Amino acid sequence: MSANRLKQERLEQQMKDKKPLYTPAEAVYEANRCLYCYDAPCIKACPTGIDIPRFIKKIATDNIPGSAKTIFSANMLGYSCARVCPVEVLCVGACVYNDLNHQPIEIGRLQRYATEKALGQEKESGKKLFTPQPKTDKKVALVGAGPASLACAAYLALSGVQCDLYEKNELPGGLNTTGVAPYKLFALDAMDEVNWILQHGINLKTRMALGENITLDALCDSYDAVFLGLGLGADRALLDHPAVWGATDLIAKIKNDPDFQLPHTDSAVVIGGGNTALDIARELAYLGVKDVLMVYRKGIQDMSGYRHEREAAMKQGVRFMEFGLPKSLTTENGLITGLTLTFSNGLPDFEISTPFVIEAVGQEKHGQNWGLKTEKDGTLSVDPRTFETSRSGVFAGGDCVNGGKEVVNAAAEGRDAAFAMLKRWNIPSQFLKEV
Amino acid sequence: MADLSINMCGIKSPNPFWLASAPPTNGGEQVMRAFDAGWGGVVWKTLGTPITNVSSRFGAIDVGTTKAVGFNNIELITDRPLETNFKEIEAVKKRYPNHALIVSLMVESEQEWKDIIARSEDAGADGLELNFGCPHGMCERGMGSSVGQEPKILQRITHWAKTYAKVPVLVKLTPNITDIIPPGLAAVEGGADGLSLINTIKSIIGVDLDNLHLKPTVGDASSHGGYCGPAVKPIAMHMVAALARDKRITIPISGIGGIANWRDAAEFIALGSQSVQVCTAVMHYGYRIVEDMIEGLSNYLDEQGMASVNQLVGKAIPGFREWGDLDLNYQRVARINADSCIGCQLCYVACLDGAHQCIHTQKGPCQAWHGEPDHGVNPRLQASPKVQHEPKNGKSQVPYVDEAECIGCNLCQIVCPVPECISMVEVPHNKGHESWNQRVAKG
Repeated sequence: MSANRLKQERLEQQMKDKKPLYTPAEAVYEANRCLYCYDAPCIKACPTGIDIPRFIKKIATDNIPGSAKTIFSANMLGYSCARVCPVEVLCVGACVYNDLNHQPIEIGRLQRYATEKALGQEKESGKKLFTPQPKTDKKVALVGAGPASLACAAYLALSGVQCDLYEKNELPGGLNTTGVAPYKLFALDAMDEVNWILQHGINLKTRMALGENITLDALCDSYDAVFLGLGLGADRALLDHPAVWGATDLIAKIKNDPDFQLPHTDSAVVIGGGNTALDIARELAYLGVKDVLMVYRKGIQDMSGYRHEREAAMKQGVRFMEFGLPKSLTTENGLITGLTLTFSNGLPDFEISTPFVIEAVGQEKHGQNWGLKTEKDGTLSVDPRTFETSRSGVFAGGDCVNGGKEVVNAAAEGRDAAFAMLKRWNIPSQFLKEV
Repeated sequence: MADLSINMCGIKSPNPFWLASAPPTNGGEQVMRAFDAGWGGVVWKTLGTPITNVSSRFGAIDVGTTKAVGFNNIELITDRPLETNFKEIEAVKKRYPNHALIVSLMVESEQEWKDIIARSEDAGADGLELNFGCPHGMCERGMGSSVGQEPKILQRITHWAKTYAKVPVLVKLTPNITDIIPPGLAAVEGGADGLSLINTIKSIIGVDLDNLHLKPTVGDASSHGGYCGPAVKPIAMHMVAALARDKRITIPISGIGGIANWRDAAEFIALGSQSVQVCTAVMHYGYRIVEDMIEGLSNYLDEQGMASVNQLVGKAIPGFREWGDLDLNYQRVARINADSCIGCQLCYVACLDGAHQCIHTQKGPCQAWHGEPDHGVNPRLQASPKVQHEPKNGKSQVPYVDEAECIGCNLCQIVCPVPECISMVEVPHNKGHESWNQRVAKG
């Protein structure tokens, strides 16, 4: 999938931006509502610890570059995080206004305003937010060009470290490009952020897959350190049939493939209860599939997807079926015509007639493939402060370490790995406070 | 229901709420609508030798989302023919015989004062207000605040006015002086029947940072203007109270300056105003605000057991002491209500950086812990008594006060965004009353 093809009409563009960019008046009004808490709960709730009251007050005085620098200094993916973060359970959920029974501050929308405006101004004026430090003799290879590696590379490159990014796909950006719900972030907007990060002097090499055309040993030989931001593996499958979609595959098609069209059907069954399941269910509902049914093996309260996402799906008309598991498919000439469900709560089995079945039951973990120590669940073991793996000089972060969390977690882990390397090499960085 | 009517030095009004001489009292049609809305009196926009006004004229400062906390203007006196003004005054007075209609005047020579006073009275004015306060445009021509700043001239012109006037004469004072007493006394000695204050304060309201033009911009320039609005209220109350306290000031006061609601009005009345005048709040929200002023003041007087608004006049004056007479042994401390605290820690940082370092977080007595540099050992690492609050909602954001060190300054209560979360509690003692003056007298 090339970047040029993203410029063609794609299915994701039929969905509307759910929280569009604030106007200056809206932003200043909301910014002025912020109480400017000290040691604020919203900061503590942010995995990257952005000094939120500080960046918000800078919006109130129209100090947009200053506001954006406060954000990026803690989270180089502050732009995409502003749009994709589940703020309801993070910063906004921690806002002290909740305790006053007032509307909490719309931190995500303010962060989008500051970052989107600042990046626009930088493009227009050519005046950079960050000036790269003089080059050092250090070189780092980063594998997988998703949020974790991008964050890590940005801090390293701006601190004078040479960074080479190796990406197995044609497009960089990881899930921001291929997986985030379009009503939160479109692929082209994700690419804008990737390109902004890359222009700080980061080299990108695509179609380079670890274990295929590059090896960890070879990278360790030629670089001072390696960062693995490998993400997760392929969609898991309960139903072994080529016509059953894996959720992340289907979302990537909707977001990136201009030739892709949904099957002609009014119904779809989504199996799973996590956030990816909720995302694809909502996207299908947005795209006009009239009857989207989510089937989950436990009760609705046990779903791992966020409650606010579940409620949004319900508002869109998505139906939920609890305690159900797929049992078998009915097919005709290789095409699906029905799905038989079985239930753990005593309901008799029954068959739903649908040609469109999507599984969102997790992705494979592949930590064991690289000769590094792993956790029981197949994620890579790392030092929790430095994000260094069991192999000295090999760091890792993002989904391959945390098992599949938010973009903001990947951004924090990539950043912390970068900071650990800079400290180890005694490189004074504009992002590290003198201690 | 309490009686709101007043009789201020012979000027009768159904309530103490008057519109100050300003754009809201520019013409007859406006004033009639104001009376219909409930205003008890108006001071007509200052009459004098007609002038030409500039465009633009007004500027304001906003604080956060609150608009026009302070307001300024470079508009002068009426720019409409005197004949038109007098015709309208006559028409208004005929239709509203029971409302107070005071005409504000500003001219130069004795003959001019004589003429304009006669014409105002012929039109039916219930009283006159001598504008010795306007601090822009007119003062450069020897009128307005240039008179208010020179007690001798103020006294002479007041005397002229009293010589020719049959109706009561109020003198409107400027705050652009160091002490309000000399001009106040000069007005009394000149024979004035009452005082009005404050007029506006000399000010530059802002600079447009895009082009460095001053505001309010006239072409590429501006001039100093008169400052008013909610932000000037404390300055005005100080001056009103200073005059009300002075035994030599024997005439009633009409209080002006940042009054926007009945609470503001009640404070001015308690500090010695018999009537109050409003301008900025009406320019912001319209005449309709008077309904709440009437209801609110009336309810308040009922609750206080006062049958008439006149009983409130000056009631707070005995509470004023010179600093040297304040009790040095009085002590209060801050108490934080952990149940209503939302954990913003604004009290913590305010006390740490701006006061006395006696509010602490659950992490311990004020030590550098938020990324600030630590400049050595804090003098009070052991705070006592340490008050451990139950972590709220699984968080432990509620700060605590080291009451032994608290000086009772109120800063934490001032910055707390939650009403009644921080209370200031009196600490009982048996040391008796001792003021600075008493201490000095003892030697």
